[in-house]
This record gives sequence, C-alpha cells and structure tokens, in this order.
Amino acid sequence: MDKRAAFRSWWLPSLFALPQIILILLFFYWPAVAVLRWAFTLEPPFGGAAEFVGFANFKEVFADPLYWNSVGVSLAFALCGTLATIFIGLVLALAVDRQLPGSAPFRFLYILPYAIAGPAAGMAFRFILSPERGLMASVNAAFPDFWNPAKYGSHALILVIVVFAWKWAGYTFIFLLAGLQSVPRSLIEAAAMDGCGPIRRAVDIQIPLLAPTLFFLLVIMMTEGFVGADTYGIVARTTDGGPNHGTDVMVYRIVEEAFRGLNYSGASAQSLVLIGLIMIFTFIQFRFIERQVHYK
Amino acid sequence: MADIAIRAVRKSYGKNPTLHGIDLAFASGEFVVILGPSGCGKSTLLRMIAGLEEITSGEIAINGKVVNRLEPRERGCAMVFQNYALYPHMTVAGNIGYALKVAGVPKAERLRRIEETAKIVGLSDYLDRKPAALSGGQRQRVAMARAIIREPNVFLFDEPLSNLDAKLRVTMRAEIRKLHQRLSATSIFVTHDQVEAMTLADKLVVMNKGVVEQVGQPLDIYHRPASIFVASFIGSPAMNLFDAAVDVDNACLTFGGTKMVIDRALAVRLGARHITVGIRPEQCVVAPEGVSIKVDFIEELGSGRVIHSELNGHPFAATVDEHTRARPGDRVTLELPLAHLHLFDQETGRRIEIDLAPRAARNSASQQTLQAV
Ligand SMILES: Nc1ncnc2c1ncn2[C@@H]1O[C@H](COP(=O)(O)OP(=O)(O)O)[C@@H](O)[C@H]1O
Ligand SMILES: [Mg+2]
Repeated sequence: MDKRAAFRSWWLPSLFALPQIILILLFFYWPAVAVLRWAFTLEPPFGGAAEFVGFANFKEVFADPLYWNSVGVSLAFALCGTLATIFIGLVLALAVDRQLPGSAPFRFLYILPYAIAGPAAGMAFRFILSPERGLMASVNAAFPDFWNPAKYGSHALILVIVVFAWKWAGYTFIFLLAGLQSVPRSLIEAAAMDGCGPIRRAVDIQIPLLAPTLFFLLVIMMTEGFVGADTYGIVARTTDGGPNHGTDVMVYRIVEEAFRGLNYSGASAQSLVLIGLIMIFTFIQFRFIERQVHYK
Repeated sequence: MADIAIRAVRKSYGKNPTLHGIDLAFASGEFVVILGPSGCGKSTLLRMIAGLEEITSGEIAINGKVVNRLEPRERGCAMVFQNYALYPHMTVAGNIGYALKVAGVPKAERLRRIEETAKIVGLSDYLDRKPAALSGGQRQRVAMARAIIREPNVFLFDEPLSNLDAKLRVTMRAEIRKLHQRLSATSIFVTHDQVEAMTLADKLVVMNKGVVEQVGQPLDIYHRPASIFVASFIGSPAMNLFDAAVDVDNACLTFGGTKMVIDRALAVRLGARHITVGIRPEQCVVAPEGVSIKVDFIEELGSGRVIHSELNGHPFAATVDEHTRARPGDRVTLELPLAHLHLFDQETGRRIEIDLAPRAARNSASQQTLQAV
C-alpha cells in the first residue's frame, strides 16, 4: 500500500512544513552562514561595513601558541574521555548482563547520571574532589599537593575527564547493554561448556560481537568530547579552562573568544577548523577502524 | 566414559514447577534418548546435567561424583545445541579448536587435533570459512566437531537435527550413531521426534509434563507402552485408543456395538468397569468377521495405505496393504487380534498388565493374520 498522502494544492503541505523550515533556517543555516562570513571578514573597530580579509583570521589563529595548546588539550580530553566512558560502560554492562540475583536495580542506577546536566555534575565534582575538603583531602594531608586541580593543569584535566566519564558512562552503558542482550545466550553457554569463565567469555565472545556498537560509540563519544555542549558546560563550571589554560578545550576557547573577547572573526575561524578536525577524525575512524568491525 | 545418576531431581522457575522429581540412571557408554513433546522439560533436564541450569532439589552424579555445585567446565560434558551456537566471528577451525585454546593446548597440537577432528566429520576443506558461509548440515557438523574434539565423558545433544531437512536428518542420524560407536562416550540425546528416538536409542526415556512416563529399550516401549500417553506418542500412525466396557457376566469387551469375547478368568480379574483399549493401526487385519468401520478418507503411503475412520466416537486408523481396495464411504471389516490389544486404566492412565491372549491363543491369532494376508 502506498503510504504517501496526496495533496491537491501546494500551499497546504508547505504550511505543514513551514515551522520546521523556519527552525532550520533560523538556528542552523543563518548561524552557519554568519560563521562563514565572520571567518573571512573583520569588523572595523568603530563601525562600518565588515571588511573581507581572506585567510588572515586563520593565520592569526594558527600563529597563537595558546590555540595549539587548546588543540592538544581537546585531543587529550576527547580521547581519554571516550576511552574511559566506553570502558566503564562496558564493565557495568557486562556485570548487569550476567543477571545475577539482585542486579535489576543497578540497570536503572547506572543510567541515572546521564539524566543529570553536565554543568551540574561538574559543580558537584568540584566539591567531591576538592583538594581541601573532598575525597582526596585525607591523601593530601599525608602527601601535600598529591591532588590539586586548582594548581596543576594535569590534575584539572583529569578532573574534567572524570566528570565527563561519570556522566556519559550511563549513555554508553545503555547501548552496550542492549548490544550484549542481542548476543544469543546459547553462545555464552557454548563458551561456558568450552571451559571459559566469565572474563574469558567477555573477551573472546561478547566484546568481538559488540564491535559494531563499540565503533558507533567511539564515533559518537569522540564527537561529543570535541564539540559536545557538555564539554563546554563541564569545563566552564568546573575549572574555567584553567589553571593556566590546562583545561582550555577548543569549544571552551571558542565560546570565550566570541562572547567574552567579542572576537567573532577569530572564534568563527576556530569553529571552522574544529569542524574540519572532526570531519577528518570521523573519516579516519570509518576508513581504518570500521573495516575491522564484524557485522553479522 | 561415565555413568550418570539422576536422583529425585526437581526444577522450578520461580514458583512454576517444571520437573517433578526425576529418577534415572544411565550406564557408561549408553546412548540414551529422552523423548517427549515440546515443553515437557527435556531441555531443562539436559541443561541441568550440563550445568547450565541450577538444580532446584535432588542431585545429579557423573561417575559417582555429585556435580550439583560444579561449573559446566568442571563436569566433562560437551553439548551440541539446537541452533548450533557457533561463534560467528571465528572460522570453522577457530570454532572447533576453541575449547583446546581455552585449555591452553599448544598451537601445534591444537592444529593437529583440529585437522583430525575435521576429517572425522568431513569438514577438512572448510576450516577457513566463517559459519555464515556454511550450509545447515555443515554447521551441524562444526557443532559436532566442537564437541568431539574435547573427548568428553558425556555427550549432550539438544534436538540437534531439528533444523535440518528430512533427508539430511536421516544421514546425520546414522552418522551420530556411528560416531557413538566409535567414541563410546555416554550420550544423551533429546528429541521430540519419535522416529529419531526409536532409531538411535539404546535406552529410551519418555517424558511428559515434567515426569518420566517410561524407561526402557525402544522395542519394549513400543510393544508394552506403560501409559496411555506413551501409547499415543510412540508409533506412526499413532495407536488407536478407544473406550470399552468390561462385561464380566458375558466375558467380553463391548465397544461401539461390538462384543469381543475374552477369557472368563481375565474378565473377572479386570472387573466390571470402563477401560481404554489400544491397538496399533498396523496390527488391524482386514477379515470377514470383526469390527465394521466406515472409511472417512485414505492416506497413500506407497507401500500400503492408511484407512482413517471412527470407532465409538474416537478416530481410528488401520494400515492395510496396497491390494486392499476401499473408497471413502465404503465399510471395511477389521479383526482386532486379542494378542495385540493394550489395556489401560482410565483413572491412572497406566497400563493394565493383563495379556488377553495366552500363548496358545496367540499362535492361532498370528496364523489368522497370515491367512488374511
Ligand atoms: N528460563 C525459563 N524461565 C521460565 N520458564 C522456563 C524457562 N525455561 C524453560 N521454562 C519452562 O519450562 C518448561 C520446560 O521447558 P523445556 O525444558 O525447554 O522444554 P522442552 O525442551 O521439553 O521443549 C516449559 O514449560 C518452559 O516454559
Ligand atoms: Mg527443548
């Protein structure tokens, strides 16, 4: 049966589509065009028409060592954050999938962090991992400065990665659990008959069969780590990009430049570079990793 | 080689009892077939032996050692699953050799044994393929090879042939039997197909609704079914079962307007009551005198034909040879030899151990059969 509705006139269907079209134009195409325009022009300081400057904005961005710092920080954040979320989600999913008695409530509990906004989680962890009063305070008492995200950039970076992993592990958990549940139970049983314990079963049977899900999560989480709204929110609420640009991820830098520094042109150029980077990453992932993935 | 003892084993899923006290003993090297309709608990029993299912109460011992608390890998059983359960991401060789790999067998020896085993099941040319690139029969062989290579004490088969087409099923049946003779491990084979069960079993266990109905050699069970359920489940076409009244005064069984004279002493022993009488379709004989039935339809088998009819309100079938002409609507007179009647108690459903035709009478009955042919 043909499910398409047939309209007699052109204006009625257009009317139905209009709200969506307006939304897309307003929040997607207009900003995209504006970013493109800003990236290649400069606004004269005392008003007047914007002036076309070619690649001058990009040259300026690339010449800034702080920009390269933020690329490095972003890479570290996205890579470590992605690996941590997938690893934690996988361990939790494997545990819940065993369906041991009493495991049902954990399925719900593990998903819960995903429902909490990143900035709120960030605020909470500022207290939980505060060097003076938090969980690490007693360690710090014995070994001063063992943990101090307010002083060391590396500690601060670990802190934001922890927050990111805490929140997003719930997300990977859902997908990985669904993936595990679609692995036929008889395969696990066959492996048990073949002499495997639970860990060997996970490594030899379940994880290889999860490869498509893991690949999907790799792409999604890398993108999330680079440009996700949470990445900005967590950094802004937890470390403010500091100390000394130690957690100055690319999205944070862009928003700061644009709305605090009011340098639209520089921020737009950085946005375009970031988009390019993500496209390259995704391409690499599809080109070199997807081939290794088994689809049944 | 291992003997298996199952003692008062029960299984409940939550509050639902599935197995109600199973007691069985299998000798070492026996080929045991567990037969029963779908949902009767065959797989559950097998999986409890394998260690894949918790035992609610009772105990299972393999080689005299109670295995209730042992992990599957510690029991020395190998299992062939109904859907084969091959690892889709491993090659045939990887699938067959996986148990050895887990056991830490060195690679060279592993490869040698994989090749040996593949030869046994005729898979030598397919070792590098993935399961997805195999036919149903080949997958079945991989599943068997995976069990064989472990040289287990006990082979467990859970309806391994039910996904194959009819012809392949017959071939694989023969191969499984041959394999058993060669390996002489104790084998337990679960099926709902009575032909499979009859042809494979040394010892047949018939199950229904979570209890064991009868244990014995296939032919014994065929000839002396212990209950109405076993009588109706074993044999194809199924045994005819109908209601009959014992008339002690006239020493006869009456059913559907027919009287069948029996020995007076036996009639007294039966007592005046209603019983269920059974006779196999192939034991009914076309004869000048006997029970008259009206033919409803005829099933051609090639070597003979089955007349379907009704007796006393129950469906009734009789196998006749190809020379017997009958059309739907015709009346046919059948002799039901006393020697081949099975009697069942209607309350308990169990067999009544009374032989209606003592030895002398039986001889003449079989002579009659010969004459009719
Ligand atoms: N995991 C389970 N949870 C609850 N009930 C089950 C489970 N497995 C089997 N059963 C029930 O136990 C009964 C026997 O099942 P099974 O042993 O698989 O039967 P069979 O193999 O003889 O067809 C069925 O009624 C089935 O519904
Ligand atoms: Mg079953």
